[in-house]
Amino acid sequence: MSALAEIRDLSVRYISDGGEVSALKRISLDVVAGERLAIIGESGSGKSTLALAIAGLLPGSATIEGRIGWQFQASRSFPPPSVLPDISPTRGEIGSVAAGSPSARSAIGEAGNDSLISPLVGEMSGRTEGGAVERRLSGASPIPGRDIGFVFQDPSASLDPVMTVDKQIAEVARTHLGLDWPQAYARAKHLLGRVRLPDPQAAMHAFPHQLSGGQKQRVAIAAAIAAGPKLLIADEATSALDTIVQAEIVSLIRQLVAEDGMTLLFISHDIALAAELAERLAVFRHGGLVEIGATEQIVTAPRQPYTRALLDAHLGLDAAPLLRQAPA
Amino acid sequence: MSLLAVRDLTKRYRRGGKTIAAVDGVSFAIEPGETLALAGPSGSGKSTIARLVLRLIEPDAGSVQFEGDDFLALSGTALRSKRARLQMVFQDPLSAFNPRATVARALDDPLRIHAIASSAERPARIAALLERVGLAADLAPRAIHEISGGQRQRVAIARAIATNPSLIVLDEAVSALDVSVRGQILELLLDLQARERIAYLFISHDLGVVRAIAHRLVLLDTGRIAESGDARAVIDAPQSAIGKALVAAAPRLNRIRP
Repeated sequence: MSALAEIRDLSVRYISDGGEVSALKRISLDVVAGERLAIIGESGSGKSTLALAIAGLLPGSATIEGRIGWQFQASRSFPPPSVLPDISPTRGEIGSVAAGSPSARSAIGEAGNDSLISPLVGEMSGRTEGGAVERRLSGASPIPGRDIGFVFQDPSASLDPVMTVDKQIAEVARTHLGLDWPQAYARAKHLLGRVRLPDPQAAMHAFPHQLSGGQKQRVAIAAAIAAGPKLLIADEATSALDTIVQAEIVSLIRQLVAEDGMTLLFISHDIALAAELAERLAVFRHGGLVEIGATEQIVTAPRQPYTRALLDAHLGLDAAPLLRQAPA
Repeated sequence: MSLLAVRDLTKRYRRGGKTIAAVDGVSFAIEPGETLALAGPSGSGKSTIARLVLRLIEPDAGSVQFEGDDFLALSGTALRSKRARLQMVFQDPLSAFNPRATVARALDDPLRIHAIASSAERPARIAALLERVGLAADLAPRAIHEISGGQRQRVAIARAIATNPSLIVLDEAVSALDVSVRGQILELLLDLQARERIAYLFISHDLGVVRAIAHRLVLLDTGRIAESGDARAVIDAPQSAIGKALVAAAPRLNRIRP
């Protein structure tokens, strides 16, 4: 078990109404490569702040202390799209804290792993000539969108309302994988099939408002995995959906994570839902880590009273009814 | 006589040249002091029924009898006085209140509008309402946006009971709350029902919550009733396809926790 991300003493503070609010307090945990880890908590627990911190998406005004050490398998090596300035040789340096650690390995010699990402990406590997390989040192900071895919709660807010869904997905593939537009659209079509949209051909040219909430979330997932990320973060990704669609999306996430060998960080307020999907659960409260452990241990033998209270508050279909009497 | 009797309620929308029946011939009744749950997936028509029952929108067909009156035929003063007996609490209390209001102002409005108490009596009434929903009277001068989500939903319930209603429509009223707060709000609703014999039309997508609080359940699918009956009996052994799908999809800890 190797850690994909080693989080050590991570604290995050926000400025609010002139004062500082501590959203995360000295969090240390490992995200193990290939695992499905759920972060559980109520409002104000810091679970979304943790997700944003890991993804590198915290606002610039946030004060961040501590470190996140990354251990990416160097497996991809694509030049950036030609329209963007080629700043990538320095990217590995930015925010990197684990570079040069004993476990850091050169990516050279591992570039052959390309074919593991997806058949489509493998076909494009001829485009890697041009020296993209050496900048993928493990220990380098991941690039959001390429190395980390993020699925938010509200797909209506995360999808562009005036762009067709195939273009939104193709754009990710083009930006991060160095594909040209026809290749990127081909990948988008393939991904829309993988997220099991009822009619992928018709959905290609649809705008987000023409799709249901569950269909929009499938498109958002396709965009999140379009660049073949190592880590997929789903932040309350099913909370706005009804129970049946929620179960379908959870099943889809489970399948995609398994097929692509992704690591999953599943952020949820629902301990029962998280327990059905994740191998490990981390319980957060008031910005602190209450406990972390294997799902079965947390659910059957929680060590902390707060975890027990969360489990007891779950109203399952087998819970004792609160209703004590029939109507008069 | 039922407190509320809904017969063949139908509401159609036109969308893109097509007519869609959001609610299609739905009938049910609620007895005094009873909780009837409406459950179903997104688009099943449960919130449309709530809005029809409250007369926030008008149906295309069907009837609504409330406390013996043809509720759809009422207008003017008669409708206003009947509205006091039929209250509502929505999912998001922040958007249900004037954001600049204080707690006291939010509770003063129904007492004033429905002429329930004189201006001299109202501060004491407001303090009593806060106490009935488990809040301290010193919360009254606080702004609605300053208090916690659980406190805000208690204020929404206090506002609903201010006019002495016989029926409260609760549309996903606990869905946005943290689980620890949710349990407290459900207990509060049960206490109020036991003490004051208020009936609830409890709309929720969460069968676990429905099973915990409702006497009877109407399961909806695409605007029609798929099945109905004793809430626990329906959930423990659903007969309809949508009932089976909803039960199968509900997350449960007992797959792991024996």
